[in-house]
Amino acid sequence: MLHQISLGELADRLASRQISSVELTRHYLARIERFNPGLNALITLTAEEALRSAAAADRRLAAGERGRLLGIPLIHKDIFCTDGVRTSCGSRMLDNFIAPYDATVVTNLKAAGAVMLGKANMDEFAMGSSNETSYYGPVKNPWDTTKVPGGSSGGSAAACAARLAPYSTGTDTGGSTRQPAALTGVTGVKPTYGRVSRYGMIAFASSLDQAGVFARTAADAASVLQVMAGFDPKDSTSIDAPVPDYPALLDAPLSGLKIGLLREFFEGLDARNAALIEESLRVLRGLGAKTVEVSLPHLPLSVPTYYVVAPAECSSNLSRFDGVRYGYRCAAPTDLADLYQRSRGEGFGAEVKRRIMTGTYVLSAGYFDAYYLKAQKVRRLITEDFRAAFQTVDLLIGPTTPTPAFAIGAKMDDPVTMYLNDIYTIGANLAGLPGLSIPCGFVDGLPMGLQLIGPHFSEARLLGAAHQFQLATTWHAQTPVGYE
Amino acid sequence: MADWEVVIGLEIHAQLATRSKIFSGAATAYGAAPNSQASLVDLAYPGVLPVLNAEAVRMAVKFGLAIGATVAKRSIFARKNYFYPDLPKGYQISQYEHPVVGKGAVTVVLEDGTVKTIGVTRAHLEEDAGKSLHEGLANASGIDLNRAGTPLLEIVSEPDMRSAKEAVAYMKRIHTLVRYLEICDGNMQEGSFRCDANVSVRRRGAAAFGTRAEIKNLNSFRFVEKAIHYEVARQIDLIESGGHVVQETRLYDSDKNETRPMRSKEEANDYRYFPDPDLLPVEIDAAFIDAVRATLPELPDEKAARFARDFGLSAYDAGVLSASRELGGYFEAVVAGAGPAHAKLAANWVMGDLSSALNRDNLEIAASRVSALQLCGLLARIADATISGKIAKEVFEAMWTEGRSADAIIEAKGLKQITDSGAIEGVIDAVLAANPKQLADYRGGKDKLFGFFVGQVMKATEGKANPAQLNDLLKAKLAGP
Repeated sequence: MLHQISLGELADRLASRQISSVELTRHYLARIERFNPGLNALITLTAEEALRSAAAADRRLAAGERGRLLGIPLIHKDIFCTDGVRTSCGSRMLDNFIAPYDATVVTNLKAAGAVMLGKANMDEFAMGSSNETSYYGPVKNPWDTTKVPGGSSGGSAAACAARLAPYSTGTDTGGSTRQPAALTGVTGVKPTYGRVSRYGMIAFASSLDQAGVFARTAADAASVLQVMAGFDPKDSTSIDAPVPDYPALLDAPLSGLKIGLLREFFEGLDARNAALIEESLRVLRGLGAKTVEVSLPHLPLSVPTYYVVAPAECSSNLSRFDGVRYGYRCAAPTDLADLYQRSRGEGFGAEVKRRIMTGTYVLSAGYFDAYYLKAQKVRRLITEDFRAAFQTVDLLIGPTTPTPAFAIGAKMDDPVTMYLNDIYTIGANLAGLPGLSIPCGFVDGLPMGLQLIGPHFSEARLLGAAHQFQLATTWHAQTPVGYE
Repeated sequence: MADWEVVIGLEIHAQLATRSKIFSGAATAYGAAPNSQASLVDLAYPGVLPVLNAEAVRMAVKFGLAIGATVAKRSIFARKNYFYPDLPKGYQISQYEHPVVGKGAVTVVLEDGTVKTIGVTRAHLEEDAGKSLHEGLANASGIDLNRAGTPLLEIVSEPDMRSAKEAVAYMKRIHTLVRYLEICDGNMQEGSFRCDANVSVRRRGAAAFGTRAEIKNLNSFRFVEKAIHYEVARQIDLIESGGHVVQETRLYDSDKNETRPMRSKEEANDYRYFPDPDLLPVEIDAAFIDAVRATLPELPDEKAARFARDFGLSAYDAGVLSASRELGGYFEAVVAGAGPAHAKLAANWVMGDLSSALNRDNLEIAASRVSALQLCGLLARIADATISGKIAKEVFEAMWTEGRSADAIIEAKGLKQITDSGAIEGVIDAVLAANPKQLADYRGGKDKLFGFFVGQVMKATEGKANPAQLNDLLKAKLAGP
């Protein structure tokens, strides 16, 4: 089946003209037409543009050009600005917003000949862990449509899991790529902060946001990251360092690799989840890796730290949505204050407002030191813990999430329980570290993820370890029933 | 008033003369059609990011070095959060706790020759906001974001000034300096150079400062002086009548010549400053500072000292002539042509007739209708006694309007001074013969009539008689045969 083939194999078939990009694109458009109504994974479908790009890719292929992504379709999270295409960020605020430019990630993939099928559903402004805060309604998990796919990149994850695209883009501010990847049984990669440009990626929390990728295998993710990554003069926080050839580095053997088991992640872990991790460790040891227990004493403070830093930045980042220049504007404002209050009051959903209010509070006079400054100090301590751990181990390992996908609606009334879903993923964002989640088994018939975290710029090593694991296991090859 | 001491501090906003904005590539030129110089970054579109213009940092460092200030090795941009339609991001990027320029100082010379040092607390980089437009729009406001993102250097003084005159002298000093450094065009009509004044009063001898009011957006030296005068009188009246000054922000209304409080809503802001996560800290190393230092021109204080020393000018004159690089250059060109012996004469002409003519026609020195070389030509004719100082004024006016050389005008108008003693004596004889009564009176003791005879001779010679010769010859003739 065309939709089960790896990116490498697709590139070969396109190169040898066994299939055209237009045919491949039509195949995926047909799957979207068939499955998306049940999943709600896409906000905007760009079928016509996709067929045009596919035809252009076919011309490039016919002219002898080759590329790992040339002519291969993808779906972009609707947080990336796409020139001439609605970029909603999952919000009523930007329901009418047609971006006038491409994000750097979009530009890079376009240049490589990638074919955009559409824009994926997401939690509003990437604020959520279940994709239930979207203005466009919740995304369903293809493994069980009564369950959430995780968030905030829920649409991208569900689309990848249901084979509506060979890969998709996401973002990861506190786990928004790794957590939905775990809950939908796909591979999700969050690169080092600064590895991929943030230009054109609508900001949630600028010091934590990083573009990510969903693919069915680590090898596929490596090909995509190769194209996404790189220095961008338009993003002052992007890092001017060469991008390694990730696909070429996947075969490094794991013998001698020292993997640290994060003690804090295993305390109180559900027994079935723990058993899957233990089984994964056995596989990795079988491949030659050594495992040792390590402790990051400040890691348990990640969630409260994150929920000060991220809302603080978001409260400022979202000030530009004021009803003046673009986006939602309330009807018949009576004066300036009314314009601001009703445009923002009506344009933003409850979770976004909750975070703007929290962030405004922690930055305000009299509370700044006690919350924002304290959180920044703890953030440094957590970063220091990671740094110390990487003195003795090459990678850290643990679960991606505490539980498998939960029922739609189950946690919406309890934000704190919802926030705790990101308890294992937030640390890497606070420290700016790369991490990924790969499928490692099932609990109650729902996929679970194994998380690997590495030092800054260790993407090649992370992807290599994940690839070796996937060569020895088949969890990543499982497809939800009905989507085979 | 004698019982009161005035305390003033200024916050000067100098628009840096970069070609592009501080965080985007859009142009900064003044006067373009609304919103034609606003990029997606200036418009705060979703997803865009700021990128710091290194030229703005270089200019700020240049200023810091010129006032002997410490330049921070590491400075940080912060966000100042508030909502306003001309502030598209909903926050202004500015430097808060860690400015690029630290403590420094400038000296000012007052008109009475007093020299005073005014401390500069800090100078920091920030972006300007856009403009709200209300004129010509019915039931609506327009927003022009051309100015949004224009780089500003905010120069904050210590509360070291004790009068409106001192405040103006300080502001002029900074104005001179930023133009010397070529980091700001200093154009006050266009708002490139403006200030906020913090004003308070206290009883003479009191140790603590009084409560201050901040007067916003003063964009001329005259307004600074008038606004401070008004505000000082208001505060003294208030306290003397039993009230007390409230700390607040006030606006100066130049039409009514008064300050009045801004609506409290406009200032009741908690700006929620925090470091901007989109920008890295600005790291400045010694090599960068050295490179900037190498570009520093001769500074106004140095130039003034040199003028005073080399040309024997008073401190005040030297200060006036070094007020801009262009004026100083013009003066030096005149001295070079006329010779150092005539430096004082050159100074008088540049500060006198030339400056008056420039002011009258509202011209900058660079656009002077009389070039330095032409002025040299005129001074040479004064020096060699071809014309008198009085005739020279007439020649200068003709040079100004006609654009010709002094010699050409002297020739054409026959203004050459009469230095032939015989000719002057002839005229004197004729005048004395024509005014026997006055002659008798003079000889009878009415000394004051000397001027009358001078006037008559000058009238008869159309002012061309050499004044010194006339003086001597007339005295001799009046004394009798």
